[in-house]
Amino acid sequence: MPDFMVGDKAYEVDEDGFLQQPDLWNKEVAEAMAKTEGVEELTEDHWKVVNFLRDYYVEYQVAPMIRKLCKSTGFKLNKIYELFPSGPAKGACKIAGLPKPTGCV
Amino acid sequence: MTEKRQTPKLDELTKGPWPSFVTEMKKVQDNPMVNDLLGQLERSYNEKIGHWKHGGIVGVMGYGGGVIGRYNDLPDDFPECNEFHTIRVNQPAGWFYDSKTIRKICDIWEKRGSGLTNFHGSTGDMVLLGTRTKELEPLFSDLTSIDFDLGGSGSDVRTPSCCNGKARCEWACYDTMKICHEVTMHFQDELHRPAFPYKWKFKFSGCANDCVASIARSDCAVIGTWKDEIKIDQKALQEHYVNGGGVDIARDVVNRCPSRCMSWDGTKLEIANEDCVKCMHCINVLHKALRPGDERGAAILIGGKAPIIGGALLAFTLIPFIDIENSLEDIYEVVEEIWDLWGEYGKNRERIGEFIQRIGLGNFLEQVGLEPAPEMISHPRTNPYIFFELDGEE
Repeated sequence: MPDFMVGDKAYEVDEDGFLQQPDLWNKEVAEAMAKTEGVEELTEDHWKVVNFLRDYYVEYQVAPMIRKLCKSTGFKLNKIYELFPSGPAKGACKIAGLPKPTGCV
Repeated sequence: MTEKRQTPKLDELTKGPWPSFVTEMKKVQDNPMVNDLLGQLERSYNEKIGHWKHGGIVGVMGYGGGVIGRYNDLPDDFPECNEFHTIRVNQPAGWFYDSKTIRKICDIWEKRGSGLTNFHGSTGDMVLLGTRTKELEPLFSDLTSIDFDLGGSGSDVRTPSCCNGKARCEWACYDTMKICHEVTMHFQDELHRPAFPYKWKFKFSGCANDCVASIARSDCAVIGTWKDEIKIDQKALQEHYVNGGGVDIARDVVNRCPSRCMSWDGTKLEIANEDCVKCMHCINVLHKALRPGDERGAAILIGGKAPIIGGALLAFTLIPFIDIENSLEDIYEVVEEIWDLWGEYGKNRERIGEFIQRIGLGNFLEQVGLEPAPEMISHPRTNPYIFFELDGEE
């Protein structure tokens, strides 16, 4: 498995770049990963999404459904895509250090 | 180039008179991606185990769907197809292309991916098989430069598809290609940005022959129908079928009518139109003498699905008749109402048909604001199911 480097620290990620050990997540990892997902700087709005995802994951061990994310943050889906151009699953969940969401293709 | 991989087991699939995907792939085995792909499949046949990992999340900026991530679990043995993502491309309505357009797509795909395609996937999209993550953005940009766009994948509106309707078929009761295109354009956000409990498919058929199998394979099937009487040309009937021969009208038409609404005395065909269920059988058989009526539109059916999770369901009638070409806004309104309800209360990976079964049709109709109608029962005329509400009793 490849490693994702933050400074001189290596984090194990899967082929899509998701953290293999979500417990190792921290703000520095989030900021570094954001750059790989087309987000130059994490603003307050970004953090609102990331923190919600993180809290939800810690509580339920699963990513929330997208509708739940929109309702809880008050952001419409289009706004989420403005914040995270690669989308809530690939972008926001990765930055929030969640394991790769599974779903049907 | 590296050596061509030997594939004795796969080669068995090239024998016989039928088309073979192996034969097609071998034609381009010089391509290293295809060579490794063949090798990987041969290995799977030997080991009786698939070597694709489950899922992968890749995509292009701004979209949540359209690209399906694929990785193998043998990157050292088959490095050329270690990343082998699938691209869905929204097909033109009715699958009409000129060869120049297909050539452009193939040129782009040979440059950006494996060159292997599947025309078309069962949802209807063009499927481009096998590319690497780094090629996704350039590929997307190449496709949009020739006016193509990605299709749906994941829990979103899947690429709508339609029969080729009025372009080729005299029975089309509405312009399926036009409506399919308009619905596709209207729901672009929902197509590219998955937000539902699960997939949602629209399919448009011009008549009950249902050439795109919308009733069996789509959550929302729009099937052409008519309101008035079947048109009978008694003279043509005599000329082509009685004197012309070949059709036993009593046996092949009248006795096969599902609602038994026809009679034939040897010279004159009569239809009790109030009992006709517009199945198209008599029109198909006596196509030179019978035609659908003039007051044409569509029925909207809901809840069909193939048996991936849970069993297969056929769609049932939600709106028995609508002048669809002049009422698209009404359809959008109903569909959005349904999405709101399903999005709020649907379970993860629960199709709308399963959702309606779970909450009950009565509750569903009440929530989306539709009145129950006799056509909504799954087997009209044979089902004693009725609606009543205790609260409404006097």
